Amino acid sequence: MSIFVDENTRVVVQGLTGSQGRFHGLRNRDYGTQVVAGVTPGKGGTDVDGVPVFDTVEEAVRATGADASFVVVPPKGASGAILDAAAAGISFVVCITEGIPAQDEARVFNVLRRDYPRTRLLGPNCPGVISPGKCNIGITSGDIALPGGPVGIVSRSGTLTYQALHELSQQKVGQTTCVGIGGDPVPGTSFIDCLAAFQEDPDTKAVMLIGEIGGSAEEEAAGFIAKRMTKPVVCYIAGVTAPPGRKMGHAGAIISGSAGTAQAKMEALAAAGATVAQNPTEAGERMVEIVRNLD
Amino acid sequence: MDLYEYQGKQYFARFGIPISPGGVADTVDEAVAQADRAGYPVVVKAQVKVGGRGKAGGIKLAADAAEVRTHAGAILGMDIKGHTVGRLWVEHASDIAREYYASFTLDRAAKLHLCMVSARGGVDIEEVAETDPGAIVRMHVDPVDGLSPDAAARVVADAGLDDEARPQAAELLQALYRCYVEGDCDLAEINPLILTTDGRVHALDAKVTLDDNAAFRHPEWEEFEGTETADPRERLAKERGLNYIGLSGSVGIIANGAGLAMSTLDVVNQVGGSAANFLDVGGGANADVMAAALEVINTDDAVRSIFVNIFGGITRCDEVANGIVEALARVDLRSPIVLRLDGTNAEAGHEILADHQSERLIVEETMLGAARRAVALAGGKA
Repeated sequence: MSIFVDENTRVVVQGLTGSQGRFHGLRNRDYGTQVVAGVTPGKGGTDVDGVPVFDTVEEAVRATGADASFVVVPPKGASGAILDAAAAGISFVVCITEGIPAQDEARVFNVLRRDYPRTRLLGPNCPGVISPGKCNIGITSGDIALPGGPVGIVSRSGTLTYQALHELSQQKVGQTTCVGIGGDPVPGTSFIDCLAAFQEDPDTKAVMLIGEIGGSAEEEAAGFIAKRMTKPVVCYIAGVTAPPGRKMGHAGAIISGSAGTAQAKMEALAAAGATVAQNPTEAGERMVEIVRNLD
Repeated sequence: MDLYEYQGKQYFARFGIPISPGGVADTVDEAVAQADRAGYPVVVKAQVKVGGRGKAGGIKLAADAAEVRTHAGAILGMDIKGHTVGRLWVEHASDIAREYYASFTLDRAAKLHLCMVSARGGVDIEEVAETDPGAIVRMHVDPVDGLSPDAAARVVADAGLDDEARPQAAELLQALYRCYVEGDCDLAEINPLILTTDGRVHALDAKVTLDDNAAFRHPEWEEFEGTETADPRERLAKERGLNYIGLSGSVGIIANGAGLAMSTLDVVNQVGGSAANFLDVGGGANADVMAAALEVINTDDAVRSIFVNIFGGITRCDEVANGIVEALARVDLRSPIVLRLDGTNAEAGHEILADHQSERLIVEETMLGAARRAVALAGGKA
C-alpha cells in the first residue's frame, strides 16, 4: 500500500499546456501515472500529446473521473486554481508553484479547511508526492525511487527529498510513498498529516522525516511521534549552521531568536523517541539498520 | 523585505494609520527644513534596520533649528551596530501620555493571522513576552472572516488600554489589519503605539516586513528596493539573480535547492570546516547560472576551496557538468572545485567531466566525501 496516491489515482494537470505543465505532466505519465486530463481556460477541446484539455476542472472531472490534481500555474493564478479543483470535487491537490504570497496561502488554507474539508492540498512550493511504481505527481525524478516499501518519507525540502530517496534506494531499501510537503509558511499538508497516514498504512514499517530550520512544524511532529507513532522514525534537520534571522531560500526557513533552530528541533525529536541523524547520509544509514532489523 | 521606519510610516499612512507629521532628510540642511515644516519640538531619528537606535544615540529631541543642526550632524554618518546612518526621519515630537503595542503576523502553527496588543509598549516587547506573558493579549484572526469591528474593540479592551484610547485604537487596529493583508506584510508592528496628552492615538514607530512573493502585485514597492545591502558579495549576487548569503568561512558553497544548500553548510561544518556562504542556484543550473555563482564566490578573498553539491531532479546533471566546464573557461578561479553530482543523468554528467578533471576540478562520489575533500583543501581538518 501507499498513502495519498496509488495506481488508481486519476490526475488532471492544471496548466498542462504551459511549458512546465507539459514537461512534468508528461513525465509523470511516462512514469506510469494515470494522467487523464489537462485544464487551461480557453484551450478546451485541444490535447497535449493525447491528453485531452478542458476549460474547467469541473468539465475535466465529469469527462474523465479525475480525483487528483496537479497544479502547475504561476503564483498569480495558483490560489484560484487550487480552489477550482476543490470546488470540482478533487480530493487531492498537489501544487508545486513557488512564490505564492503568504496572504493567499493563508486564505486558501482556511477556505479549504472550512468549505472543502475532504480536499487535501499538498504544497504549495513542494516537489510533490511519489508512490514508487504506482503514481508520481510532481517534479520528483521517478528513477531515484524504489518500489516496494517499507519506508515512508516526508520532507520539507525538495532536493533533500531526492537525497533521502537516493540514500535509501542505493541501499536497496524501497519506499511506500515519499511526500514533499514544501517549505512555505502555510503548507496544506503537515508533517503530522503524513505521519498519521504512514502510521495507518500497513505496508509502511518505518518513516524518515526531513525537516529544516524555521517555524515549529518539527516540534509539533515530535509531539505526535511521542503520543501516536509506534513505527520507528528517523529524522534529519537541515540548517544547524544557518545564521539567525536570515531567509535561506525557502520562505519558511527563517529563524528568529532561539525558536525554530535546528538544535531545538533535533532535541524535541530525540526526546520523542525518534532517531536523529546529523546528515542525510547518516539518516539513510540509520534507516537501513532499522529496516534490516525489522523481521 | 524589511522597511526602514520612514518607509513603514509612509506605508502605514496609505492605509489611514495616523502618524506624526514629518519627513526624510539626507543632509543637515534638509533636516532643518523638515523640522520647520513639521513644527517644533521635533525628534531626529536615525534610519537603520537594527534595534537599539535610542540607546546608541540615534534618536534625539530638538527644541529648535540650532538643535536639529547639532543632532542631525552628529547622527548622520554615525555607526549603529555596523550600520552607517545615511538618512534621518524628522517628525513633530508628541506629548506622550501612554505607550502601547500592536502587531499582526502569521501564526504558522495555527495557520491563522495573529493579532497582538499590549498596554505595555515602548519597551522591548520580546522581554515583556518572556517576563510577563499575560501583558500581551493574543487573538487569532481567520483570514476568511477578517477582523471585525467587534473583535478589534474586544482585543484593545482585553489588553487593558486606557478607556479614552480604546475607540481610536480599535479603529487603528482595523487599518493596521488592512495594511497587513492588502499591503502583503509578513509583519506589521507598531511599538510604541501612543496615546498623546491631548487624547489622540497614533503610531510612533513602524516595523514592516513585506512579503517578497507578493511583489508582482505591488509595483509601488519598487521605491523600497536597493536601499540597503551592506555585503558587497551579496550585492553582486543580487545583480546576478542568485540566492546568496555571505558567511565568514573558507569553503565556498554552491548547491541546488535551499534544503540541500543548508545541509551542505551543515556537513562542511561537521567535518571541521566552515562555509564562506550559502548559495542556492535553484532548479536551472546551466552554464550562465554556474558561471555567475562561481564569479560571486571568486570575489570572496576568504574562500580556499569551492564545494559544488548538486542533486539533479529537474536539474539535469549533464547540463550542470556542461555548465561547470563552460564556466571554468569563462571565470579564472582562484580556488579548486570539489564537485558532487547525483541524480538525473548523473552518469552522462560524469562522462562530460571525465576529460576535465584535474587538481582544480575534483569529482567526489558522495556528499560527505566531497565535504571532507573541500575542507581539507581549505586548510581545515580532513
